[in-house]
Amino acid sequence: MSKTVLIADDEPNIVISLEFLLEQAGYRVLVAHDGQEALEAIARQPPDLVLLDVMLPRLSGFDVCQKIRENPDWQHMRIVMLTAKGREVEISKGLALGANAYITKPFSTQELLAQIGAQLAVE
Amino acid sequence: MANRTLRAQRLVAVFMLGCLLFSYPLLALFDSGGEVFGIPLLFAYLFGAWALLIVAMILVVERSNR
Amino acid sequence: MPLGGLILLTSCAYLGILFAIAYWGDKRADAGRSIIANPYIYALSLAVYATSWTFYGSVGRAAASGVGFLPIYLGPTLMAALFWLVLRKMIRISKANRITSIADFIAARYGKSALLGGLVTLIAVVGVIPYIALQLKAVSSSFLILWQYPTIQMPNQGEALGPLQDTALYVALLLAIFTILFGTRHLDATERHEGMVAAIAFESLVKLLAFLAVGLYVTFGLYHGFADLFEQAARLPDVDQLLTLGGPAGTYGSWGSLIFLSMLSILFLPRQFQISVVENVNENHLAKAIWLFPLYLLAINIFVLPITFAGLMHFPAGTVDADTFVLTLPMALRQEWLALLVFIGGLSAATGMVIVETIALSTMICNDLAMPLLLRWKALGLAQRTDLSGLLLGIRRGAILLLMLLGYVYYRAAGEAYALVSIGLVSFAAVAQFAPAMLGGMYWKQGTRAGALSGLSLGFLLWLYTLLLPAFAKSGWLPLSFIEQGPLAIAWLKPLALFGLAGLDEIGHSLFWSLLANLGAYVGVSLFGRQSSREHAQALLFVDAFKVAGRGSSLWRGSASVTEVIALVGRFLGPARAGEAFAGYAAQRGLASSAELVPDADLVHFAEQQLAGAIGAASARVMLASVVQEEPLGMDEVLGILDEASQVIAYSRRLEQQSHELETATGELRAANARLQELDRLKDDFISTVTHELRTPLTSIRAFSEILNDNPELDPAQRARFVAIIVKESERLTRMINQVLDLAKLESGRAEWHTTALDLKEVIEDAQATTSQLLQEQGVELRLELPAQIPPVLADRDRLLQVLLNLISNAVKFCDREAGRIGIAVQVLPEALRVDVRDNGAGIDPADQQTIFEKFRQAGDNLTEKPQGTGLGLPISRQIIEHFGGRLWVQSARGQGATFSFTLPLGQANAAATDAGRETEYGV
Repeated sequence: MSKTVLIADDEPNIVISLEFLLEQAGYRVLVAHDGQEALEAIARQPPDLVLLDVMLPRLSGFDVCQKIRENPDWQHMRIVMLTAKGREVEISKGLALGANAYITKPFSTQELLAQIGAQLAVE
Repeated sequence: MANRTLRAQRLVAVFMLGCLLFSYPLLALFDSGGEVFGIPLLFAYLFGAWALLIVAMILVVERSNR
Repeated sequence: MPLGGLILLTSCAYLGILFAIAYWGDKRADAGRSIIANPYIYALSLAVYATSWTFYGSVGRAAASGVGFLPIYLGPTLMAALFWLVLRKMIRISKANRITSIADFIAARYGKSALLGGLVTLIAVVGVIPYIALQLKAVSSSFLILWQYPTIQMPNQGEALGPLQDTALYVALLLAIFTILFGTRHLDATERHEGMVAAIAFESLVKLLAFLAVGLYVTFGLYHGFADLFEQAARLPDVDQLLTLGGPAGTYGSWGSLIFLSMLSILFLPRQFQISVVENVNENHLAKAIWLFPLYLLAINIFVLPITFAGLMHFPAGTVDADTFVLTLPMALRQEWLALLVFIGGLSAATGMVIVETIALSTMICNDLAMPLLLRWKALGLAQRTDLSGLLLGIRRGAILLLMLLGYVYYRAAGEAYALVSIGLVSFAAVAQFAPAMLGGMYWKQGTRAGALSGLSLGFLLWLYTLLLPAFAKSGWLPLSFIEQGPLAIAWLKPLALFGLAGLDEIGHSLFWSLLANLGAYVGVSLFGRQSSREHAQALLFVDAFKVAGRGSSLWRGSASVTEVIALVGRFLGPARAGEAFAGYAAQRGLASSAELVPDADLVHFAEQQLAGAIGAASARVMLASVVQEEPLGMDEVLGILDEASQVIAYSRRLEQQSHELETATGELRAANARLQELDRLKDDFISTVTHELRTPLTSIRAFSEILNDNPELDPAQRARFVAIIVKESERLTRMINQVLDLAKLESGRAEWHTTALDLKEVIEDAQATTSQLLQEQGVELRLELPAQIPPVLADRDRLLQVLLNLISNAVKFCDREAGRIGIAVQVLPEALRVDVRDNGAGIDPADQQTIFEKFRQAGDNLTEKPQGTGLGLPISRQIIEHFGGRLWVQSARGQGATFSFTLPLGQANAAATDAGRETEYGV
């Protein structure tokens, strides 16, 4: 059974590219366009990994990350954060809130896939 | 310095004594025209008081010098 | 045996000895081995107080009023007890401020007032001239009497001599020459004359010995001691009156007023001030003088009554003037050597007084009367003269000669009408007028210049009216009715019974009125007036002399050139002396030469002191002001530095002030830092936001490029879709970069503007045409509501178009999806054109209405649907409109659509001009 990945990003073109890449890699892909939507999607069907953009409308990536970690059922869910702001603080904050990895935009497609693969293989 | 202010105060006291000695009414006491040892009383009194004042000044000035 | 030639020979020899002593004294002083630097010499020199008035006059007064001669010596005895308090303070003040005369002292105390110095000089000269006349009279008459030896004949009885036959004239001239040789051989900044002091001390010794010799001879040679003499004298008629003060209180009153008067005189006679203050070498010498000086006075008076009685017993009543008993008794007893000694003693008493008095007065005349006038007299060009020391000496010598001749004139005119003592008392009463200003100045900080001026003037005028004018009247210069009936027969103006005040003797009467008016005016005017800051500073320096030693310099603030200052001092002291003085000053501060001196407050203060010695404090200030750029001294500053003389308070206040300033500075720094940090943060935020915004399209571009690259087998449809995304995102990126650069240019003011007069209608239509494609795609209807005539506005066409396009595309983005409608309306206001761009969209939350004009902030950040655009359009538009002098704002309510409006002012000639300027500056 293939792993499920939730893409949470508000940039349609980036979502399209991620969707294409992950489906091609053989994952089941879910899409959310903002933080609230992402949490609802997770509640509906918890994915194995969330690809979470930091700058999300309505609820930021950090908030989503925190909410996921607050739920004991979702402790094993992998979280990879995506951000255009590549600053150290943001990375540290994300990791402190329970994210497993961090990828800065623009990303290399190869590295993105490698990172996601690595995170899902840990389990 | 305390020595000096004390000296000044003593000298002021001598000054006040002098004012007293050389003015009415003390002066009037000796203005009666008598004499002592053949010397007119007023003359003797004035010079005596004068000498007394000088002695007092010498005492104040020279003693506080030591 | 006539003594004729012997008198002249002895006199000349005696004067020669005096001169030798003075010369020797000066030599020793120059060599630094002062002979007067001991308390005994100082005390002896103070005895210059005992003049020929004492020497001859005491006996005269004793013959008339018995012990009545004594108050004149008891007063100084009492005052001697206060020397330590009062005189020491005068010395301290004078040394610290280089004061060289009473006039200088008073002038300096009241703000270095030249007017006050002049007034004091005038009073001193007018007041003391009778006193000088008295000395001339004594010398010449004693000479004439002795000349007749062995006959005893009173001179000038009935015969009128021409001036050329008058001995007094020759005495006057001789004394003038002698004084000039003595006192003005050179100019010294300290105005000290060591040789003269030595000679005066010697003279004091001579006159004392001479008087004692007569006294001893009479008491123990002629009689068998005091008791015998008084016993025999008791047989004289009316002798009881001489040995008592007499009953009525009036006599005690006059006794008291004379004691009081002489107490003031010992301090304020110009010659006493000269000797006791100016010539003082060491203030500790004062201690010994406190008892030595009264002892001297006692010694010189102890034989006055015996000599008086002997004279009265020896000469038939009325044949011999009692003023001459001291001389005529030895003559009558054929004691020619003793008579000669007495004559020399009298000569000593007279010359000592005349020399010191005229030197003191000539200093005052020169420094406080002549120099201030000459310096203000621009035509003389004195201020430019290079060496004034010769002129200064000339003035002093002239003044001495003048004083002596004035004394002679007074003697000729008025001298005969008065006994010696009476003349002297007139002078005493004159100098007593200095008391309020002097003592007040030393102990009362509130005394003002105006107070001192009015007090001195009033006191002087009353003295003139109640003492001098009656003296003139008695001498026949004024009608006697002036005294007897008062001027114009107004009784209450009678000079000897002013306002009907009778029952006092002449001196007491005058002293009462003049000092009452003097003190009253001084205190009254001072209390109701205000001190200038300079007066206040001087007052503190004087009153707190013992607390603030040498703080004068701290009051000076300004700038000066060292060479100018030295040259200035050199003009008055002579270049050589000035050079020496400044070299010494430099050496004191550990500098190799005066060239290394810094023109600081201390230097200027030093220079002022040097000058003050030569020309007086008031003139010194005027002169220094000519080379020194003095900053005005604020009241607060003076108070801050010296108030209540508490340097500690001033210091702590200064510290407090400094720490307060430091605090303020720190606060400002902190605020500035916070502002900088805020700016930094804003800049950081901006850069971070910009990079974020740029990374977003870049991310898509890179991702799709890699996908295309890694998947060559992609189907053409998908491939085309991905390429289209890349192209679109590239366009977005380009637009964004352009806008960021555009905004940066606008904000930094480096944007190019091509301002012309525009028809707004054309621009709007142009914008409509440009967006027609977009409008059509989105199915949005654009309606224009333009008036027929729109006045032209000054603006940059492309920029204005940019704003309109931005607003239209915004409106397109946010207007109703199904039936989008946009309206553009133009209104002509009195001073501007107003453009409204209206849409029928969802509207903008009031909370967002301001933030949408901030960079990268878009309404709906919190909405699910992220709007298109860079978030820079509105900030740029606002910048552009504001540049044209207009305003851009939005009005909206939820669900009611939004209206973006802007104004463009009409008639912007000025803005066009500045834009033209900017174009040439930054134009390509």
